[in-house]
Formats: sequence, structure tokens, C-alpha cells
Amino acid sequence: MKAFKDAGHLFRLASVFLVGGVLFLAFRGVLVPRSFGQYGHYRGNAIKDTAALPISYAGHQVCESCHTDVLEVKSKGVHKGVACEACHGPLATHADDPASVQPTKLDTAVLCVRCHEANLAKPKNFPQVVSAEHSGGAPCETCHQPHSPAIVAVTGGSQ
Amino acid sequence: MARCDKELLLQIPVEGFMYPNEVELQWSVLIVLYPFLTGLVAGAFILASLERVFMVKAVKPTYRLALLTALAFLIVAPLPLQLHLGHPERSFEMYLTPHRSSAMAMFGFVYLWYLLAVLVVEIWLDYRRDIVVMSQCTTGWKRLVYRVLTLGSTNISERSLHIDERVGWLVTVIGIPSAFLLHGYVGFIFGSVKANPWWSSPLMPVVFLFSAMVSGIAIVMLLYMLMCRLRREPIDMDCVDTVAKYLFYTFIIDFSLEMLDLIHRIYEADESFRSLDFMVHTRLFLSQVVIQILLGTVLPILLIGVTQVVKLAAEQRKRIYVAAGCLTMIGIFAMRWNVVIGGQLFSKSFLGYTTYKMGFVAREGLLTAIVLTVLPFVILGVLVKLLPPWPEKKSAISSVAVAAYGAD
Amino acid sequence: MSITRRQLLILLPAAAVAWKSILAGTPETSPNYNMTEHWWGMLVDITKCIGCGSCVRACQMENQVPDGYFRTWVERYHVSDYDIENPKVDSPDGGKNGFPPATVSDGKNFFVPKMCNHCADSPCTQVCPVGATFVSPDGVVLVDQKYCLGCRYCVQACPYGCRFVDPKKKTAQKCTLCYHRITKGLTTACCENCPTGARQLADLKNPNDPIHEFLKTHAVQVLKPYLATRSKLFYNGLDGSVR
Repeated sequence: MKAFKDAGHLFRLASVFLVGGVLFLAFRGVLVPRSFGQYGHYRGNAIKDTAALPISYAGHQVCESCHTDVLEVKSKGVHKGVACEACHGPLATHADDPASVQPTKLDTAVLCVRCHEANLAKPKNFPQVVSAEHSGGAPCETCHQPHSPAIVAVTGGSQ
Repeated sequence: MARCDKELLLQIPVEGFMYPNEVELQWSVLIVLYPFLTGLVAGAFILASLERVFMVKAVKPTYRLALLTALAFLIVAPLPLQLHLGHPERSFEMYLTPHRSSAMAMFGFVYLWYLLAVLVVEIWLDYRRDIVVMSQCTTGWKRLVYRVLTLGSTNISERSLHIDERVGWLVTVIGIPSAFLLHGYVGFIFGSVKANPWWSSPLMPVVFLFSAMVSGIAIVMLLYMLMCRLRREPIDMDCVDTVAKYLFYTFIIDFSLEMLDLIHRIYEADESFRSLDFMVHTRLFLSQVVIQILLGTVLPILLIGVTQVVKLAAEQRKRIYVAAGCLTMIGIFAMRWNVVIGGQLFSKSFLGYTTYKMGFVAREGLLTAIVLTVLPFVILGVLVKLLPPWPEKKSAISSVAVAAYGAD
Repeated sequence: MSITRRQLLILLPAAAVAWKSILAGTPETSPNYNMTEHWWGMLVDITKCIGCGSCVRACQMENQVPDGYFRTWVERYHVSDYDIENPKVDSPDGGKNGFPPATVSDGKNFFVPKMCNHCADSPCTQVCPVGATFVSPDGVVLVDQKYCLGCRYCVQACPYGCRFVDPKKKTAQKCTLCYHRITKGLTTACCENCPTGARQLADLKNPNDPIHEFLKTHAVQVLKPYLATRSKLFYNGLDGSVR
């Protein structure tokens, strides 16, 4: 056509762009993950990936299914709402294979103090003490059994 | 920022209270550099369009230089972003699955559109005759480069060149809103973040755009004067006077917008104001009040303002333009710094401030930023060699063209 | 949480079933988990929080949170009577090891646990350029670790400061509401280990969830309500000074 006689170079340019566009669409078709868009603008499999992450804390129900004796004691005391692993640490591996993993002995000097050290920001009705003045250096378990901390008897020795 | 473990985190001085995850800055000097570079692209292009679309004949000598400058900076622009990303190998995902609600997702497409459909096409159309001629005249690898650039067509008849002229005009017209989009969306990336009161503002894209135009015009003016010096050619005073005039007008608008934002903030004094005000008076005082506002905006405006009001000799005007141009570049960089870094120095609790620890030889450090700033000039040097912007070289080629293809 | 023998007889088999599904190679979700039946949130009771940091430690261990970064943290507020607008806030190491004793006694002091608010209108998912972070059909805001570019835009967009970028993985990280646990009938690590029950997981679509009764009988707040993020982290007893 006469109008396009001297515009050949523009057609060449346009075809370069067209080829580029087609290549882009081809790449896109191959590279977009299959599950993308399944539930929304994201990879549907990401939900499965997140849900499949490993678990570290077994949860108190699992502990209680074996350690019924501890549960008996704990359910009568003020620590009944405290989960086992809150003090004993994550023990899913122990629950999985009890013989293979033994929970370590806890240091009450660090553990009890974390919750019960007196602090103005703690709720007024929460039991808290100034640990340096409270027991004169004696470890907490001298008087308080952690599973049921109310003092029923003093186990000898100095206060 | 990469490789920040707890020890490094603890070394960052914090004043008052910051949310624990806020102490480390997320966006570094490279993210300051990116809007600076794309701003230069947009501004240089707008200057070029002044001649092409708005028929301001006086600035013609800067036309081709402005286009090549825009291209050089646009080529480098994605590099600071790639270096900043945690996973640059995944950056193509923005082309595969762009999230339409995210301004940042627009980057890939706007960039590609502007680079290919606007800038490259316009440069190609304007230079096509020279490319065809040089594909015949040169030898060696240069000849190959030019031959590829011709796309196989050697038609430089008058009619084809006329078609190029018309199509090029159309591309420029499309290019103006495209340039606005290229840099405006960067402003929107910041302006649309409701979590950050230093950024969140409808004025942000407009301020970014006008400061981009200021920096783009200034850099083309400086480069033109420098290149005339290097080529030992006289500077076309009519041209630089006009460019400086447009710089002046754009600067007035830019300054007004920034002052409007400031006055509005001070007047409304919302809950973030106290914290931001304290930040500007202390941590940001040097970069914002001294460098950006006084040295980088007020002083250049006054300097160029003097040339508009008082009749000065050409030599004096040139000196003023150079001084004003350099101060402008520093001021506009400082503006990007104050927006990006400033927006991360204060806590979203409005109760504290952190410090930006910029590395030097680091992936996102100062040295990297310096290299990325110098790189466009290196690329521009190559482009100027490959596609010479100026008439005297063109006339030498024209005589060859006349010999080969007949009269113009 | 008192438990009778009868309840125990019911609980044990349930625990055994849940545990079996966990042992069976940690499947994606328990076989009968249907996303559309849940709409997760959390309730934090400021009146019960003692700032022990158990939640922060538990979260770190459950989710391998890198040191120095926090998916959940506890802040301590000191609001003096004569300057309510300017509380003094601290969060030493995110409250991970509790707090040092307060030195000033006037005014009020309290702890505020913070975490991802799992906003229904989340600004962080809005800005993600590639769709690497999203709100799941059951209302949990998650990050696709295989897709995230590490551009940090979501970290900037979060008004609550709950996101960070993992220095080793270089992707955005945040509280996942222990998605890998709640989809198997467990509760989150932080709720599990909170000794006072200040943190409670809530399923707003479950008609038997205690959250419904709680919301009806208590004055409940969310952080930064003016930003309209439709946060699902509900606070009981949140003071107006809390940022």
C-alpha cells in the first residue's frame, strides 16, 4: 500500500515488540506456579507449606495423657492453669519417644522468679515477692512444690 | 538491610522507645538512590519534550542529550533495587504475578513500557538516519552494532524520515504521561502507606514529580554546559537561558508544594507532629533544613532569580547556572534522603528514634551507592560515542548521506 | 482450667487422636480441617498479663525466631498521672526474660503483649508486589517463604511493627498464629505457655468459642482503630495511652 511504502522499518520494530510479547507470555505460562490463584492472589500451596512446619511444644493435653499423677496434684493447686511446657520447655520430641529425650532438671532460681518477682506493672492480685527478701537465699522448692505451690509443710532446714 | 544479627542490632543507638522490630532500618541509601535516578529520567525527558511537543525551539541543542541522559539513568535504575532485594533472583515474579493493589508491582511494567515503548523508540526514530548512515560508513564491531540497530531497513528517504518525525512526535506525547507515571508511582509507593505519617500524603507523588523535573532539567543543563566545554564549542546562551528559566519556574512550583506540606503539617499538628517535629529539629536538621531547604532549594532559586531580574553578562550567568545546578542536584538528593531515611528514623509509636547505620563496603553501603551514581555517566559516555547528539558531527555524516542517498 | 476425672476420660482419646495425626509425619493439616469453618483471632487480657515473657520464649522456640527479632513481644507501660499523653515504654529484649523492677511508683504500670494483629483488611498484604503475603481463607495473615522477594514493603506498611526480615533467609517473617498448630487442633505456642491465660486463641466462626461471650460482656479494644485495619487482636483493658 502506498501509505505504508516508506514505513517498513516501523513494521520491523513492531514485529520485534510482538516477538518479545509472545516470548513473555510463553515464559509466564511456564513459570507461574501451578497453585497460584487457587484461593486468592497467592500460591495456594503456601498454606500447606506453612501448615506442615514442625511442632516443638506438644501441648498440655498430650503431657497429661501420660503423666496422670502430676495432673492429679496440679489440678488441685493454683498452678492448674499453667501448661507443663511453660516450665519444662518444648517437649514434643519427648512425647513422641519418651525414652529418647529426658527433660532437663529446672533451676527454680531462674524459673519461679520470672513470674513471681515483684514488679509494679504486674496485676495487684498476682502473687509476687521480692525474692532477695523472701526466702533468705533458700531455693523456692524448699517450701513450694511447683506442681502445687501452696505451702502445706515446711521441709525442715532454715527459712 | 542484609546481615544484621543481634550484635549489630544492639549497636544501633535508640532514643526513647521503638517497637523491637523497628530498630533496624528496612530501606537503605539504595532506596534513596532509586527515586533520584528515575527522577532524573523523568525530568530529562520532560525537558526533551519541551522542544518536541511544546515547540520551545531554544532548547533544541539539548534535545538529543536529554534523551541519552534519560536512557543512561534508566538502564542503571533497576540496579539499586536488585541489590536491595533479599531474593533478587525472584524479582521476575513481579512480571509473572503482579499484585494489582500494590504500587510497587507496577514498577516492572511501567519501567519496561517507558524504556522500550517510549525512550528506546523515540531515540531510535530520531537517530535512525544517522544509524543507517553509520552502518555504511563505519567498520569492525561498530559497523555490526549499527547494522543491528537498523533492524535491517536502510530506507532513509524523505518520506520515511517524515513518518519517523510524526511517529516520534506521537511517542513523545505518550511519553509525557508515561514519564509522570514512571516517577509518580514512586511517590505513590510512599504516599499511600497509612502506617507512616511522614510518608502518607496525597501530595507525595506530586512533590516527587516536580522535584524530579527540577533535577532532570538541572542535570541536562549541567551536562550540556560540560560537554560544550569538553568539545571546545561555544555554549548556546539562548538555550541555557531558556533551560534555566524552566528550571526556575519548576523550582518555584516544587518549593511551593513542599512548603504547603510543611505548613499543613504544622497547622494541623496531628498525633505524629510532635515526634516528627522533634526529628526534623534534631536528627534531620542538617539534611533537611540546611541542605535540602536552604542550600538546595532557596539558594538556587535566588541565584537563578537574580539572572531573571538583573541583566548579567554571559560569563556571570554561566557561573550562576553551574552553581545553581550543582546545588539543585544535592538538594534533590537530600529530599529523597529525608523522605526515605527520615521516614524510618522515628518509631510508629511516636515515642522514640533510631539511627541509620550506613555501611561503606557493603551490598547496600555508601560505596555501592557511589558506584551506581557514577555508572550512568559512564554509560552516557558510551551512548554519546555511539549516538552523537550534535549537529557538527551530523553535518559530516550528512555530506556522506547526501553522497550515498541523494539530496535531503 | 480445673479438670474432672470424667473430662479426663473424654480428653485422653482426643489427645491421642490429635497426637497420632502429629506423629504421622506432620501432615499439612489434620484430615478434617476445613479452612472455611474458621476465622481466627486472638484475645489478650491486659488485666492478667504479668510480663513473664513465657510467650516470647515459647514463640521463639516453636518458630525458630532469630535472636534480636520478634514475632511477639511484651511492652511495659508507665503512665504518670500528670502526663497521660507521654507514657514511658520499655521492652528489654522484647520482654523475653521478664522485666527489671519498676523504679517509679506513681501513675499506673502494666504490660502489653504485642504480635501480628492478623488484620482482615491488612495493609501489609495490600502492598506486597507479588502476592507473597496474603490473608488465608481462615483469617490468618501468612508469608509464602518460597515466593517472598524480601523487598520489605510489607514491613513498612505494617502499622504495628510486627514484621521483620529474617537476616539469614532474607524473607519477611511474622507471627503465623502458629498455623501449623491451630490447624491440628492445638493452640498457639504463646497461648499454650501463658501461665495466667492472658492470651487466648479465638475462633470467631466457632459458635462455642468463649470469645463471643467475652466480647459481649467486656469493653474490648484494638490497636490503632483509626487506621481501619480490621484487626483481629482484641485487647481487654487496653489503656488509651497504649501505642
